[in-house]
Amino acid sequence: MSDARLSVLKTYKLYVGGKFPRSESGRVYEVTDLKGKWLANAPLSSRKDARDAVVAARKAFGGWAGATAYNRGQVLYRVAEMLEGRREQFVREVADAEGLSKSKAAAVVDAAVDRWVWYAGWTDKIAQVVGGANPVAGPFFNLSTPEPTGVVAVVAPRESSFLGLVSVVAPVIAAGNTAVVIASEKAPLPALSLGEVLATSDLPGGVVNVLSGRAAELALPLAAHQDVNGIDLAGADADLAKELEVAAADNLKRVLRPQAVDSDADFTAAPGTRRLTFFLETKTVWHPTGSLGASGSAY
Amino acid sequence: MRTTPSTETDEAGGATPRTLADVPTSASTLRRFLHGLPGVDAVGLEARAASLGTRSIKTTAKAYAIDLAISMIDLTTLEGADTAGKVRALGAKAVHPDPTDRSTPRTAAVCVYPDMVATAKEAVAGSGVKVASVATAFPAGRAALGVKLADVRDAVAAGADEIDMVIDRGAFLAGDYMKVYEEIVAVKEASGPARLKVIFETGELSTYDNIRRASWIGMLAGADFIKTSTGKVGVNATPANTLLMLEAVRDFRAQTGVQVGVKPAGGIRTAKDALKFLVLVNETAGADWLDNHWFRFGASSLLNDLLMQRQKLATGRYSGPDYVTVD
Repeated sequence: MSDARLSVLKTYKLYVGGKFPRSESGRVYEVTDLKGKWLANAPLSSRKDARDAVVAARKAFGGWAGATAYNRGQVLYRVAEMLEGRREQFVREVADAEGLSKSKAAAVVDAAVDRWVWYAGWTDKIAQVVGGANPVAGPFFNLSTPEPTGVVAVVAPRESSFLGLVSVVAPVIAAGNTAVVIASEKAPLPALSLGEVLATSDLPGGVVNVLSGRAAELALPLAAHQDVNGIDLAGADADLAKELEVAAADNLKRVLRPQAVDSDADFTAAPGTRRLTFFLETKTVWHPTGSLGASGSAY
Repeated sequence: MRTTPSTETDEAGGATPRTLADVPTSASTLRRFLHGLPGVDAVGLEARAASLGTRSIKTTAKAYAIDLAISMIDLTTLEGADTAGKVRALGAKAVHPDPTDRSTPRTAAVCVYPDMVATAKEAVAGSGVKVASVATAFPAGRAALGVKLADVRDAVAAGADEIDMVIDRGAFLAGDYMKVYEEIVAVKEASGPARLKVIFETGELSTYDNIRRASWIGMLAGADFIKTSTGKVGVNATPANTLLMLEAVRDFRAQTGVQVGVKPAGGIRTAKDALKFLVLVNETAGADWLDNHWFRFGASSLLNDLLMQRQKLATGRYSGPDYVTVD
């Protein structure tokens, strides 16, 4: 007997709180390549999945924001190592998702891994760039230090399913935020696979949560959610972006508007520190030094 | 399943009690009655509790249930670190659980240690929120009866409207049911006008049969409420043990006409859990118990989750812990 082996199809699942649940709704949708060939079924998340993801992200925030910047860098570098190990898989998924040739897809994946390393190196250097000791005219130390904003919802780019995804997720968590990511609706598979990589690379569960489904259905409750502190609208079209920005105004979320720079061509260019510093709050502390009052006491 | 210890010998001379009033006349009739209660089908009980927990409650029913649950909370702080300030803050929260929405119902009571009763009383004065106090050497209950009664009288004198007592689990597990019974009777007497809640600490009773027996001892001894646990041990209120106690109060009323309340306490943290308990109440004891005079939740963090759910229903936006108080 020489029966052809049946291939084992992969069940793509969400990545929430360090676990791989199916959508609470039980729904899935068909993911195809650009020519319409079926690739896999991806979970069609509901707003309740989004709610659960926010709970997971909030729970993870204290630990991740409180970790030393150096430690965060180490963890992110470990993610890059794991990505490198899964290179073949990502090349295949990116080629299918974006209709690229194998060599072009390989270049995209390499660029994404390099970008991840680049952001990993930034974690313990942000404070020097946007913070520091300010010279003031008085007996005070005046120190500015950046702190992460909190839970950030990320609407991942629609077209650039992997390089674009990495370019928006890595800066958010490098700065110490936790993220709820809505993967590209038509090409969610690289994002769901990224969840598997994150789960095996020392990143605490809940720091990144990946949802697949309709951007409009998921982004709106996240934009209105009172426990989300920021939202990156990279993958929202103009109408949706406007709607989300209105919803986000209620609790004064930080909103990163989609800009021309987010179009696909530009994800290959050097990203700069715009995204890295966007979801940071810079806190300034005045600390008395030297003599105070007539007694000359230091205190 | 009967769990009769093998060392137990049937006491001679104990006549089978004919009516419930005869039951506590002697240690042997009480024992005979309690051991004659039907055994609990543990698998069936848990399956029933789990299946009732799958009910979907939405929109207006959910809004009603959330408000009902809030009105049933005994807002509790039972820590060694309790300060007068913390008790006052708790009292303010009980009176106005959500200061941004005055349509939010008040909680049923605040529950504190006896030395904090006067402070709590002052904090909720004029609001209709009751003050419950744990007593009888809570949570272990390991003290002489005289000390326990003094503890109770102290709390009542300070103005407690309700007394939460713990039973002597040691005596219960050793089979000395009469001692447990008499202690409850004595505490009931000492509580005077205050309503008495009897805590069984179900997590320490080991079996469902024991929980059923303890429920009957409590009800026979005159408890106004039977309560699952102190919140101080590993296993607290579960849907199954609460369901069992609800069956007991239902059966007790059917036999005697006396209605007894139920209070699950400890471990109920989410609105979803609270709603499951309300389904249990409605389906087991009936709608007569869907009132804070007859059903309570012993909880603290539950209230915040209920408030967040309430805000979600009111605004359509998910709320967050930044919008409720940190207790």
